Amino acid sequence: MSDLNKLKIAEARDALRKGDVTSVELTEACLSAIEGAGALNAVVHKTPEIALEQAKAADARIKSGDAPAMCGIPLGIKDLFCTKGVASQAASRILQGFKPEYESTVTTQLFDAGAVMLGKLNMDEFAMGSSNETSVYGNAVNPWRRGNDEAALTPGGSSGGSASAVAADLCLAATGTDTGGSIRQPAAFTGITGIKPTYGRCSRWGIVAFASSLDQAGPMTKDVRDAAIMLQAMCGHDPKDSTSADLAVPDFEAMLTGDIKGKTIGIPREYHMDGMPEEIEALWAEGRKMLQDAGAKIVDISLPHTKYALPAYYVIAPAEASSNLARYDGVRYGHRATLAQGDGITEMYEKTRAEGFGAEVQRRVMVGTYVLSAGFYDAYYNRARKVRTLIKKDFEDVFAQGVDAILTPATPSAAFGLGEMKDADPVQMYLNDVFTVTVNLAGLPGISVPAGLDRQGLPLGLQLIGRPWEEGDLLNTAYALEQAAGFVAKPAKWW
Amino acid sequence: MSIDQGTAAKVAKLARIQVAEDDLPALAGEFNNILGFIEQLNEVDVDGVEPMVSVTPMRLKRRKDGVTDGNQQEKVLSNAPDAREGFFAVPKVVE
Repeated sequence: MSDLNKLKIAEARDALRKGDVTSVELTEACLSAIEGAGALNAVVHKTPEIALEQAKAADARIKSGDAPAMCGIPLGIKDLFCTKGVASQAASRILQGFKPEYESTVTTQLFDAGAVMLGKLNMDEFAMGSSNETSVYGNAVNPWRRGNDEAALTPGGSSGGSASAVAADLCLAATGTDTGGSIRQPAAFTGITGIKPTYGRCSRWGIVAFASSLDQAGPMTKDVRDAAIMLQAMCGHDPKDSTSADLAVPDFEAMLTGDIKGKTIGIPREYHMDGMPEEIEALWAEGRKMLQDAGAKIVDISLPHTKYALPAYYVIAPAEASSNLARYDGVRYGHRATLAQGDGITEMYEKTRAEGFGAEVQRRVMVGTYVLSAGFYDAYYNRARKVRTLIKKDFEDVFAQGVDAILTPATPSAAFGLGEMKDADPVQMYLNDVFTVTVNLAGLPGISVPAGLDRQGLPLGLQLIGRPWEEGDLLNTAYALEQAAGFVAKPAKWW
Repeated sequence: MSIDQGTAAKVAKLARIQVAEDDLPALAGEFNNILGFIEQLNEVDVDGVEPMVSVTPMRLKRRKDGVTDGNQQEKVLSNAPDAREGFFAVPKVVE
């Protein structure tokens, strides 16, 4: 078999079980693809020795007849996941040199199932960003280009390295995390599939915290079937995360029938944004038609508080971040600033955090500090939490009316150029998450599926939002959409 | 609500992030942009609405109040920038 790195998880799993290929072969193919892809800057800590050791163990396990679906599958792991003995620094200078003594629950589950870690993937610092431009490792680059234009494009963020690595076939799939859209937006920008499950589906234990009430891990894969397979391995109750749900995890892959006859799909009128490119509107209309042709009933719905989701998010997320990131004090792990004669502990904190955090992280920590400070807590933080209640109620109301899933664009544009937003005000960058952030605020599952190309040849994605805990049903609707859209384009290799 | 340089300096202090005097005007400007965006929330009628505490209605699990972990001094200290004699070391706190 050639081009083993281009396989999907399902294909590789079947080939491994048949004995047509070994995990070592798959892993070597990916490692050599990674070696040749330095220009993408997607993989920031390579772990070839660990990978080959895990691959050999997986091959032995498969030979013995014990082969879970993820056994022997080479993956990339977002740098936000703590991986034992391997650099895990959330793309931040403040965690330079940090090597956890423990393994995150999600990666533990993947490795227990036999998955192989190729390396750690680039991302925005502490997952704060929508273009992978806030990373201490430098930008990750999108393998897609605008036709023959050589301008480097963003793979999106914050899981930009994951998106780039999967789209460029450096790994079969990757882990991502999503606080406001950080799985779904980069998936849309790179023509891959990404699902954020219901809040509580995946344990957050061992994942560097950004905004704990919003953070969820999820898979970034080459298609919907792979998303179902990998999500199943990542999910499950974990006593170490008190918000992790003690619910049975269904066989998501078995639920992919492609039959959505009689399902009701809602189209929210508030997601028609002023100034949205025509192509996105057209793609959305096509998606609506595809689901209708597949037998779904389409209804127009209203989610009246949509407009307030981003401002509420930019209170709640920075507030939680300012609290979570208080732990980076230069005492227990990571970077500590060199102190001047006479500097005390306060100077140590202030210098360490000024040197260790990048501009966007500093900005968010300070905004969070402000909205939580005495005198402003009610006006900002409590008000935002009330608005969050209303945003969640919007969804509950439409689900109560019988809506099974909601179809929206994934992003308000295709991938933009790296550096293009440099002089824009931070709020402009925040608008990237306008269609995805509502889902985090409401704790719902959401999936981005590649559905077409724009005029410049860049991928565009559609988002489906599901009922809480019904990822299986959501994946099946996404599967029907994927089949109808028939998206098979790949970026032309230039790297 | 407009943030001046003094407020920006105070917030930086609260957040324990050193910001150079020269950078304060730009920082205050960015805060004002972001807070201006957030101001939209004032349009929403939130009378009688409960602030969200938990996005999924679940009762947090309880467990026995007992020791479940420990005796990992070396591992706990292994990533410290300065660890001595089994402790984290920091500049003098009390004169």
